[in-house]
Amino acid sequence: MKYLCLVYSDENTLHSLPDSPHDSECNAYAEKVQGSGRMLAAEALQPVSTATTIRVRSGKVSITDGPFAETKEQLAGFYLVEAHDLNEAIQIASGIPAARVGSVEVRPVRQLDV
Amino acid sequence: MPVNPAQHSQLQARLGRLYQQESRKVLATLIRLLGDFDLAEEALHEAFHAALKQWPVDGIPANPTAWLVSAGRFKAIDQLRKSSRFTQLPDELLAQISAEHSPEHEEIADDQLRLIFTCCHPSLATEAQQALTLREVCGLTTEQIASAFLTSPSTVAQRIVRAKGKIRDARIPYEVPAPAELPQRLDNVLQVIYLLFNEGYSASMGAQLLDSSLGDEAIRLGRLMLQLLPDAETAGLLALMLLQHARRAARISAQGELVLLPQQDRSLWQQAEIREGAELVQWALRTRRIGPYTLQAAIAAIHSEAATAEDTDWQEICGLYNLLLQADPSPVVALNRAVAIAMRDGPAAGLVLINQLQQQGELSQYHLLYAARAELLRQLGHNEEALHAYQQALQLCQQAPEQRFLQQQIAALQN
Repeated sequence: MKYLCLVYSDENTLHSLPDSPHDSECNAYAEKVQGSGRMLAAEALQPVSTATTIRVRSGKVSITDGPFAETKEQLAGFYLVEAHDLNEAIQIASGIPAARVGSVEVRPVRQLDV
Repeated sequence: MPVNPAQHSQLQARLGRLYQQESRKVLATLIRLLGDFDLAEEALHEAFHAALKQWPVDGIPANPTAWLVSAGRFKAIDQLRKSSRFTQLPDELLAQISAEHSPEHEEIADDQLRLIFTCCHPSLATEAQQALTLREVCGLTTEQIASAFLTSPSTVAQRIVRAKGKIRDARIPYEVPAPAELPQRLDNVLQVIYLLFNEGYSASMGAQLLDSSLGDEAIRLGRLMLQLLPDAETAGLLALMLLQHARRAARISAQGELVLLPQQDRSLWQQAEIREGAELVQWALRTRRIGPYTLQAAIAAIHSEAATAEDTDWQEICGLYNLLLQADPSPVVALNRAVAIAMRDGPAAGLVLINQLQQQGELSQYHLLYAARAELLRQLGHNEEALHAYQQALQLCQQAPEQRFLQQQIAALQN
């Protein structure tokens, strides 16, 4: 079963807290998960100042600057993993270094009804 | 050979008892075999229904639990076959369900643990954990759970449906946690049980102060947990609940008013429960793995040993509070410790600590901080300040009997 682990944190402090992980640590963990064969994809994201939000209403595309919603913590990256069950997904998520300064939301992937 | 009506009603009574004793075990095993809560519940009902028809004819089987599991399994296969005319039935599932095998005693115990750990999974909301545990593990009806939580059956039903949906969709595993996760997960189970007990001990809001049926359920769960997975803190929690439960008749006066520990009629305390609790505390202490529940139980046991409030061994209680504060450094524990120190060293010593706690601010919305402060101020003769503190406590207090108690204290000071 696939789970998406969404990494949220306060962008302003993500890299400056005493517990903040360095990129090398993040990379090492991603490689570890990759090595266990459970990784489908994982990326870190640029800050929300680079975000563009798109909506299509009555066939018209509307493009706005900024993230979907202004929040205290922002989406900083994600892991898409293959795990046997929620416990295994939680185990992977709790090892993500950014979880020490932010939070990780674990969401099971829904199979489209086709 | 058909049985006569008298035998039939006897059999029905026996089946009723069996349902109470065995249905939760049968359900726990059926959930593992069928991989689905709803399917298992339906199969459980059908299995008992089949027993009611078949046992009067064939007699009660030697191992009723295994018979019921087996019957439930075959009912579920029928059900799946019927519905598979429309959807493809996974062969793997069918093979797993059909595998001829009756569960061993140990496996049944493991299934019960699986059920408890799944219902108390930390990824479910706290209220959902409680409702699901009462429904699936204790076998309470939705209506019973609703009345215990002073809410509507539809709210409880919705919580349970959502929780089951999350178990299915997020794939919360039906398993006993691995050794590395076990301590934390067990903590969570114990917390659910203690929350249920406290909900019964003093409904957090409203007029109803005691609901001993929730207390009884929590104690039953504690016993089951200790039997399935013996652990020092589980014993500590069970002891704590028994020792507090033993005082239930003395906690409320004939007029429905709250009676504090020093004023309670100790002859109303249930000695059998106190003895059992004290023995469990001793056992837990001997394991040398001493946690917060065991320490709280040890404190409760010392109160229970004292023939009168004046005989209480405050020296010992203060020592235990020092240990408890190390194990669980929370402001509520610090407040209780301050009250114990006031009992040992006098109100002025306790007041110094309570004033410090008040300055730290974490308990600024906790009515018992002000109530404790008021009591010590009153003892020291600072009646004006005591009155003010009681009024602060009353403003924050949400429980009717406690409000009446505080109003009485205020009235006494105003006279």
